[in-house]
Amino acid sequence: MVSTNNPFLQMFARSPFKPMQEHIAKAQECAVELIPFMEAVIANDWNEASSVQARIAVLEGEADAMKKDIRQSLPKSIFLPVPRTDLLEVVRMQDKIANRAKDIAGLMLGRQMQIPESIQSDMQDFVRMALNTSEQALTALQELDELVNSGFGGHETDVIEKMLVRLDELEHRTDEHERAIRAKLFAIEKELPPVDVMFLYQVIRLIGDLADRSQQVGSRLQLLVAR
Amino acid sequence: MEIIAQYGDIIVILACVFGFFMAWGVGANDVANAMGTSVGSKALTLKQAIMIAIIFEFLGAYLAGGAVTSTIRKGIIDPGLLSGTPELLVFGMMASLLAAGIWLLVATHFGWPVSTTHSIVGAIVGFAAVGISMDAVNWGKVSKIVASWVVSPVTAGIIAFFLFRSVQKLVLDTDKPFENAKRYIPGYIFLVGFIVAMVTFTKGLKHVGLHLSWGESALASVAIGVVIMAIGVQMLKKISPDVDADREHHFTSVEKLFGILMMFTACAMAFAHGSNDVANAVGPLAAIVGVVSAGGEVAQKSAMPAWILLLGGGGIVAGLVMYGHKVIATVGTNITELTPSRGFAATLAAAATVVVASGTGLPISTTHTLVGAVLGVGIARGMAALNLRIVGTIFVSWVVTLPAGAGLAIIFFFMFKGMFS
Repeated sequence: MVSTNNPFLQMFARSPFKPMQEHIAKAQECAVELIPFMEAVIANDWNEASSVQARIAVLEGEADAMKKDIRQSLPKSIFLPVPRTDLLEVVRMQDKIANRAKDIAGLMLGRQMQIPESIQSDMQDFVRMALNTSEQALTALQELDELVNSGFGGHETDVIEKMLVRLDELEHRTDEHERAIRAKLFAIEKELPPVDVMFLYQVIRLIGDLADRSQQVGSRLQLLVAR
Repeated sequence: MEIIAQYGDIIVILACVFGFFMAWGVGANDVANAMGTSVGSKALTLKQAIMIAIIFEFLGAYLAGGAVTSTIRKGIIDPGLLSGTPELLVFGMMASLLAAGIWLLVATHFGWPVSTTHSIVGAIVGFAAVGISMDAVNWGKVSKIVASWVVSPVTAGIIAFFLFRSVQKLVLDTDKPFENAKRYIPGYIFLVGFIVAMVTFTKGLKHVGLHLSWGESALASVAIGVVIMAIGVQMLKKISPDVDADREHHFTSVEKLFGILMMFTACAMAFAHGSNDVANAVGPLAAIVGVVSAGGEVAQKSAMPAWILLLGGGGIVAGLVMYGHKVIATVGTNITELTPSRGFAATLAAAATVVVASGTGLPISTTHTLVGAVLGVGIARGMAALNLRIVGTIFVSWVVTLPAGAGLAIIFFFMFKGMFS
């Protein structure tokens, strides 16, 4: 009979840091599906689009489950090297990346959106840029276990800071691209059905928002590591 | 008097059996926590941990266990009060052994956290206060012991905090952690050897026939520290950075170096544990043997027979070999969050605290000291996640174990008294 109630054993709670990294990896995996989704939409292949959207929905659900799991493993009695609220905040922001991807795919599929030819390649670039931004958030989070291992040392914090600077740059570039697309769409909007244009603007806003959310993961991470 | 003369042999044999049973319990349960940190941080395999535990628990018991044993034997009860009725002391100590042993078994079965030290001290205080008289208990000494139960985790926590901070400053939080680890780890290894050797030399080797002055002890300890450091340096030389693994996680190679340090620290921990906890089992036994061999005299000063320490060490090893390895495996596989750099800081802090307590003859709880040390590393931001509820659990275990040990000891005391008279 081996004691499971050993006080020494009970002391070691499950680390939330690795699950956090797994969570943002899952969110990114979900967001990346937007690339094949866009291709399917532009090719007018709605069968393919709906099967990709289904994949996105499943991945988003998995990310949600992971988020809940992390929250449940962090009751108030757990002692962490960083404030618990900050940590949960990072997780909440990470989850938003997956949510946004699901929103974009859902909206486009539901309305079977047509993207005007003149902005198709711009749209694809735009999605890629937004995904680069979330990829960078993931990269910064990958550094988290090193940070924990160094005992939240200043040196490792600097490494993360550099990554966050790059994240800000990427988000900024995505922003500029968003403005350019809006301008292009504005130039041709008179020729398109008004309701469709309204929703197209909305999708553009959502894609920009995905990059925004990724940047917010970065700022929360910054709060977490700031001494 | 005549009781002792009449039943002397039976009493000694019984006491040996109870003492061995108690030591067996310590080996089966308690050792796991002392070794679990090393197995959990992957610095040692289970087999290595058991080998180290067998050798160093035994050495610690034999070389440094004397002071704590004599505290348990004659520090808690005033032997002068019992000079007229030596059989009471004998029955009481037998009752304490049996009570603590049984309580350990029951608690383990139900999975309650329990300290062998607390149960034996509770048992001795219980039978003396109720079975003899309130004045028979040396309350001053008892309050010192109880105070040390609070002080030892706190001390270990503070040492662990600064140890881990130094590891951070010198190694983990630098541009070249691997090079710095190679540079500074030998210093830590020296520290491990020096601390353990110093306490042992200054406090414990009289019964082996070594009488050293403080200065000689210090010199010998430095020598031993240097020798151990040299061995460590040779082992460190064999490790080269693993570039592929480091790309995945920058500290993989660095932690390998700390793994070497952890091996030495594990030896120190086993030694410290043996030096303190074996006394719980053999202290009462030594008291009984002392009375019987003196023909019923409650001796104020009788030499601690070495064979008693050997019996205790043997009991611990037997418990470890027969059952303890299962517990070590459980503890080790479940502490996965502990890397060698943290495990070393916590374990060395605990080992140092326990060894010093052994030197001053204070029986303390190794597990509680370790818990304090781990918390210390946590406060230095060195732990991913710690469950603070455990502090409450430990407090409860103190409160429950003392009266439980005392109650059982009182029952057995009157039972033996009735049986033999």
